[in-house]
Amino acid sequence: MSEKEIKNLEAIFEAKIARDEKIEPKDWMPEKYRKTHIRQMSQHAHSEIVGMLPEGNWITRAPSLRRKVALLAKVQDEAGHGLYLYSATETLGISREELYEQLHSGKAKYSSIFNYPTITWADIGAIGWLVDGAAIINQVPLCSTSFGPYARAMVRVCKEESFHQRQGYEIMLTLANGTPEQKEMAQDALNRWWWPSLMMFGPTDDMSTHTEQSMKWKLKRKTNDELRQQFIDQTVPQANILGLSIPDPDLKWNEERGHYDFGPINWDEFWQVVKGHGPCNKERLQTRVDAWEEGEWVRDAAMAYAEKKAERKVKQAG
Amino acid sequence: MSESKNNKKNWPLWEVFVRSKNGLEHRHFGSLHAADAEMALENARDVYTRRNEGVSIWVVESKNITASNPKDNGELFEPASDKVYRHPTFYDLPDEVKHM
Ligand SMILES: [Fe+2]
Ligand SMILES: [Fe+2]
Repeated sequence: MSEKEIKNLEAIFEAKIARDEKIEPKDWMPEKYRKTHIRQMSQHAHSEIVGMLPEGNWITRAPSLRRKVALLAKVQDEAGHGLYLYSATETLGISREELYEQLHSGKAKYSSIFNYPTITWADIGAIGWLVDGAAIINQVPLCSTSFGPYARAMVRVCKEESFHQRQGYEIMLTLANGTPEQKEMAQDALNRWWWPSLMMFGPTDDMSTHTEQSMKWKLKRKTNDELRQQFIDQTVPQANILGLSIPDPDLKWNEERGHYDFGPINWDEFWQVVKGHGPCNKERLQTRVDAWEEGEWVRDAAMAYAEKKAERKVKQAG
Repeated sequence: MSESKNNKKNWPLWEVFVRSKNGLEHRHFGSLHAADAEMALENARDVYTRRNEGVSIWVVESKNITASNPKDNGELFEPASDKVYRHPTFYDLPDEVKHM
């Protein structure tokens, strides 16, 4: 194809997206569109998978059977989210093996929030409330993103997320209305998870790259700062209902803006964790790699058994 | 079947179709990896129907699906667009004619 022909195809492609038409896997797409989507979708999938680890840490120690079945179901949903997203990514022509290899080698990133530890049971409440809450705000706009398989996966994911957030908030509510020690535990979890949750929306708009391209392809509909503000505005009243305080002395309602003002975010910490120096980066990745390697014999045995069965069928038919 | 670097066979890819209730057709829900059809069905149950989304599941190995190429869409689908006489509104009838 000549350069002019490609330019022409690109113009048709961009117009299609502007008209709100979806792009499907076998449609022509610019190489950059394919690469950007493989990167973003696989990062998203990896986040769902690694995201199971901090919560999985508390399944055996959940304080009641009710909490235990809920947490199990939530963590199982996150596995499902990862699988929806991996298979949607594979439609772009990359294999599952390659995707795993990118995660396990450290080449691919996942959401930094999962590099923080879950020290107490209240952390499970705070994660559902804040981390799933922030994830919902990030994910809802993606239900109408331009790449069909991604949009469809996100519709399914978003339907399931609301239970995640509600079960987390209910944990916080119970602790906040419990003994002074329990309330303190809830406050401590909020103190530790608040700022990392705000960082989930990514760098501030003036520091963030490729936003314009992402807007055009509907990978983004609002900027990082807009989404962060939305999260703060909706979460502060929820904290008030819990009777807990947000750990930010600068947090104040701004009548004129119609939004909460908030204090500076520690972006040094953010970049440290992104670069691999968070409290649990090594442990998370190692746990994931171990699970994959220790499961190898099971995958091999299942494959060998399937082949043996298929052979037997052929013989019987012959 | 995909082969990894060390020449080992990986679980193949399966497409999953789910009937959400009787009276509706099976619809494509997504895909997954499994060693064989039986495992694909079991995995599809866990991945795609955790909340009563289905009453029946079909799985088919992805390599067995033949898909049309969007490049041929003109040839394949455009001939239908100038056949307006396939639609009821093409026919002029007086308003007095009812129930037609
Ligand atoms: Fe999720
Ligand atoms: Fe979730």
